[in-house]
Amino acid sequence: MTAATDPVDIAPAGRSPWRDARLRFLRNRAAVASLVVLTLITLACVFGPMLLPNAFDSVDWNLMSNPPTRAGWHLFGTDELGRDLLVRTLIGGRISLMVGLLATLVSVCIGVVWGAVAGFAGGRVDGVMMRIVDMAYAVPYLLIAILVVTVFGRDILLVVGAIAAFSWLDMARVVRGQTLSIKSREFVEAARAIGVPTWRIIFQHVVPNLMGVVVIYTSILVPGVILTESVLSFLGLGVQEPMTSWGVLIHDGAAVMAAAPWMILFPAGALSITLYCANFIGDGLRDALDPKER
Amino acid sequence: MPEPIAPLLSVRDLQVHFRIRDRKAWPWTPAATLKAVDGVSFDLYPGETLGIVGESGCGKSTLARACLNLIPATGGEVVWGGKTLRPDDHAAWLAARRDIQIIFQDPLASLNPRMTIARIIGEPLRVHRPELSDAQVHEKVAAVMAEVGLTPQQINRYPHEFSGGQCQRIGIARALILEPKLIICDEPVSALDVSIRAQIVNLLQELQRRKGLALIFIAHDLAVVKHISDRVLVLYMGKAMEIARSDALYARPGHPYTEALLSAIPIPDPRVERNKVLQLLSGDMPSPIDPPSGCVFRTRCPKAIAICAQDKPALRRLDDETAAACILATERQG
Amino acid sequence: MNQPAVTPVLEVKDLSVQFRTNDGPVYAVNHVDFQLGRGQTLGIVGESGSGKSQTMLAMMGLLARNGTATGQVLHHGRNLLGLSAAELNAVRGDRIAMIFQDPMTSLNPYLTVERQMTEVLELHRGSSRREARVRAIRALDDVKIPDAKRRIDFYPHEFSGGMRQRVMIAMALLCEPEVLIADEPTTALDATVQAQITVLLRELQREHGTAIVMITHDLGVVAGLCDDVMVMYGGRVMEHASAEDIFHRPSHPYTRGLLAALPRLDASAGALVSIPGNPPNMNALPPGCPFSARCRYVEDRCVATMPLLQRIDPASATLRACHRSVAQLDAMDEAEAADA
Repeated sequence: MTAATDPVDIAPAGRSPWRDARLRFLRNRAAVASLVVLTLITLACVFGPMLLPNAFDSVDWNLMSNPPTRAGWHLFGTDELGRDLLVRTLIGGRISLMVGLLATLVSVCIGVVWGAVAGFAGGRVDGVMMRIVDMAYAVPYLLIAILVVTVFGRDILLVVGAIAAFSWLDMARVVRGQTLSIKSREFVEAARAIGVPTWRIIFQHVVPNLMGVVVIYTSILVPGVILTESVLSFLGLGVQEPMTSWGVLIHDGAAVMAAAPWMILFPAGALSITLYCANFIGDGLRDALDPKER
Repeated sequence: MPEPIAPLLSVRDLQVHFRIRDRKAWPWTPAATLKAVDGVSFDLYPGETLGIVGESGCGKSTLARACLNLIPATGGEVVWGGKTLRPDDHAAWLAARRDIQIIFQDPLASLNPRMTIARIIGEPLRVHRPELSDAQVHEKVAAVMAEVGLTPQQINRYPHEFSGGQCQRIGIARALILEPKLIICDEPVSALDVSIRAQIVNLLQELQRRKGLALIFIAHDLAVVKHISDRVLVLYMGKAMEIARSDALYARPGHPYTEALLSAIPIPDPRVERNKVLQLLSGDMPSPIDPPSGCVFRTRCPKAIAICAQDKPALRRLDDETAAACILATERQG
Repeated sequence: MNQPAVTPVLEVKDLSVQFRTNDGPVYAVNHVDFQLGRGQTLGIVGESGSGKSQTMLAMMGLLARNGTATGQVLHHGRNLLGLSAAELNAVRGDRIAMIFQDPMTSLNPYLTVERQMTEVLELHRGSSRREARVRAIRALDDVKIPDAKRRIDFYPHEFSGGMRQRVMIAMALLCEPEVLIADEPTTALDATVQAQITVLLRELQREHGTAIVMITHDLGVVAGLCDDVMVMYGGRVMEHASAEDIFHRPSHPYTRGLLAALPRLDASAGALVSIPGNPPNMNALPPGCPFSARCRYVEDRCVATMPLLQRIDPASATLRACHRSVAQLDAMDEAEAADA
């Protein structure tokens, strides 16, 4: 008479390994604080320019090369062209963060797929794919990036592409190693013994157990990518004027460091804080997802 | 005279050889062959328990996996229900996997740590009976959990929340859910505490009685194997040394290796143990890449004679209950 | 169990080990007492969570950093628990030696066996390298390593598992210690090799008069080697008696349960009598007896109060920790058999 009740619905939930990891992460105060700070920075970069009265390219003829002041909302000062540094820092943050995240995303996608296929296929396919990775390591990425940008012009997507093209290598290696190790674990053997088809083994058994390592390495990748973008911008290969990024701002500020120190202090400070936070979060993730912690 | 029952599983001259490339050698030097299983034959009847015993490196785990095609056999045949299953015939093996299941030595490692046991135990159903709804699968999972001594309240838990013995019960539940005819048990209790071992052994015996299961029970502990098995196969370096009814194996071992193994097993009784005459084997197990000529056991056998180095002895019937591969074993009154 | 008239070589009094973990304190070992006389063999038997290994690690000063040991471990009257690292090092390896389960991880894979052995002698005996080498070869001969003179220059990975364990034993006995502590030395070995090692230990003990403490979960090994047996569960001693008494007149429910759960080669098949339940959760032990959750003879006071380790009667040397008397256990068994 009663509608069949699913035993899974009536029984209490178990302690998922992800939940345990989340709790461990939340216990790490440095990581949580960094997460809060990074979120605030991101929100400021996204919404700040919309709320502030100055535009990033508008010129304030009265206050050129001015140190930080409350007048006209120039809380970070102005540059030699009279543009507000606060808004420029926040806009620059948008670019740096966006490029960072996008390039990371592309790298992770390429790296995970490459590594998982190589690891799972094994044999010759694995050999060929990893030799390609080895050869790519030998390429001097900065020179190639310079070449590409010089030939094809400065386009933000090109910058993302150039960075992603070399950042996926580590991820591929790590994912391949992890795939090999998971492949030989007994629960995968058990799945084969049941007759689970290969695609199902990959998606339900291998990939979920890969995620921990992928998350950890992504968090290591992000600060590296942001820094690379800053380096490219510093060299003049990043975004076009008047659009700016932290790297460009640092470049501009470095030139007048002695006379107008605020021009380098604020963007460099923003970049440093972001990188610190990303590193602490990465550490926290690593500790939380460490398989030895049961 | 009763009708002869057909064996459920017949393994004939099964071989699993691995080619080992020495990375340091030149590419044209021929690869060495590791003969993990080198010509093993046995028949398994419905509802019977066959114990396979041997020390590390004897090939028992490889043999178990070859019976399931987890490691493909390189020679010989596996015959299931009268039909030969070739290693490359994946469709036939997929069908056979409904009836042959396996449980592993490390109970926790054989379970995916990111899946609830509802999914773990239910997986065979989803593969072989995709027409069942979620609720139906979960009903069956709950039912089989009760059979192995787990409570249905635990159905959403993850493997790390269970003890070793409970994890092994989960593995057994997963093996049982398709109602197989044979379960291969690869050292199922070696990693468990002594007090839990008895629980699992009793559980397996009870399930076997109730469902008419056949079991292949692999272990290095001869005492446990003798307790649970009807017949025992003794392996050494990939070859069968003796196959006998379990009490006959203990009372009248036919092969010198079996004698040595039996005398080496410590008995929990100081009166017996202190006064035991040990059959100590000399030397170490030879390398499986370069096995001795003739009988592989001759380098450690206390009874070896000259002819043992020349001919490989075949498994010879000594009486109704025992067959041994030793040139010195004599036929006995059955 | 013979109480030696002379002062025991090792006397452990009220030894307890506590670990600080993220989930709170874990009381791994609680109030363990025992004595070891010259040439005596003691077997310490237990399953996971029994605290048998931690007891030995505490005695040797090898506890993990988050562990603290309290009580006394008296070696010729001197408490090892308070000693500095330097003082402890003089005792360890020289007077008290220890061998472990996995010889591969206790031998340095980067040094030859010769170097590892001569190092011990140079350190503790002040021998020269040449003298030490001669002594080391003799030690390898004693443990029946064939062709010792050549093999001494091998690296650990060039030996098989059984051979490596013999090398460990040879190294442990180099300085002719008074006590040899063996922590599951044969668990990872095959049955035939295990038998060889057990025989070897017995012979060496006879020749050198070394006292042996054998930690294991395998009652068969204990039966072959040990004079006295101490059974531990959940960090406490459940029973402590001579080998003969433990195996033929077990007085504690846990010991009885363990023996009944063992499949025996010399017995015919019948169902094994298993101990129900799971190994103890060391984070959540009851205030009373740790075995109470699984005991067939349990009553209310077992869960609430800890039974003391006491003699059964003044004449016997057996110690047990149980609220029920032996007579009560026997009576309950008979009643159950009658019902069945």
